[in-house]
Amino acid sequence: MKRIVHAAIAGLLFGLGLAVSGMTNPDKVLNFLDLAGHWDPSLALVMGAALAVALPGYRWVRRRDRAVCGDPLPAMPATGIDAGLLGGSALFGIGWGLAGYCPGPALANLAHGTPEAVVFVAAMLAGSQLARVLAART
Amino acid sequence: MPTEFTPLSALAGGALIGLAATWLLATIGRIAGISGVLNNALESGDGRGWRLAFLAGLVLAAGAWFALTGATPRSGFPWPLLLAGGLLVGFGTRLGNGCTSGHGICGLARLSRRSLAAVASFMAAGFATVFVVRHLLGVAA
Repeated sequence: MKRIVHAAIAGLLFGLGLAVSGMTNPDKVLNFLDLAGHWDPSLALVMGAALAVALPGYRWVRRRDRAVCGDPLPAMPATGIDAGLLGGSALFGIGWGLAGYCPGPALANLAHGTPEAVVFVAAMLAGSQLARVLAART
Repeated sequence: MPTEFTPLSALAGGALIGLAATWLLATIGRIAGISGVLNNALESGDGRGWRLAFLAGLVLAAGAWFALTGATPRSGFPWPLLLAGGLLVGFGTRLGNGCTSGHGICGLARLSRRSLAAVASFMAAGFATVFVVRHLLGVAA
């Protein structure tokens, strides 16, 4: 039960952060990616501030051997850089640049209840399933 | 559609996101990568509880902020771009094992080389895509 409460708190903070930062507004995201046009640097500051907190935050957590609720901490990240990582990230970036949504903001926009958010999230889920099915076959 | 540079709210919101990621790691040892949390929430019975709680909190808090500030959603965006964008984001984040939060925030915070490569890849692709769509094809600016 406690784990669910902590996860909910983290989610609330995350969703609030997305909304406050303006990252739930796809126009701000696309304008960050539009170097040749109406450039809006805001996203860079969002990432910068997030890392300014998370870098020391993660380092602090790492010094402990367990999470507060007793869970193990994740293993150190793998180091291999392969085609799937690069190719998948590139495809993600293309999709991001087409509509201005990545998974977090897309979900957050469901709170608006508009067809746009629903269409994007549905397509996102479909794309994810397609990748999963293809991966299972190879 | 032009948007304003909003440095203070960007910094404040970003800090909240960083805090959220740290909270999740510190309390239950999990990575706040939204694509992974979402995929696993739907597909893995194990850990479904915390994942759904996290995602519900995300949507609720954003919704509360929208209501408080009277934020209006985008409308009139070409639906083919929404569909194609969604498909590629879903496909690509699965294949690449992460997104802007998973690789861009959590991965970089862990000093992961893989995440650095992923970030470079999706950022380059994002910049290139917007350039092509808005300035070469003249669509949806």
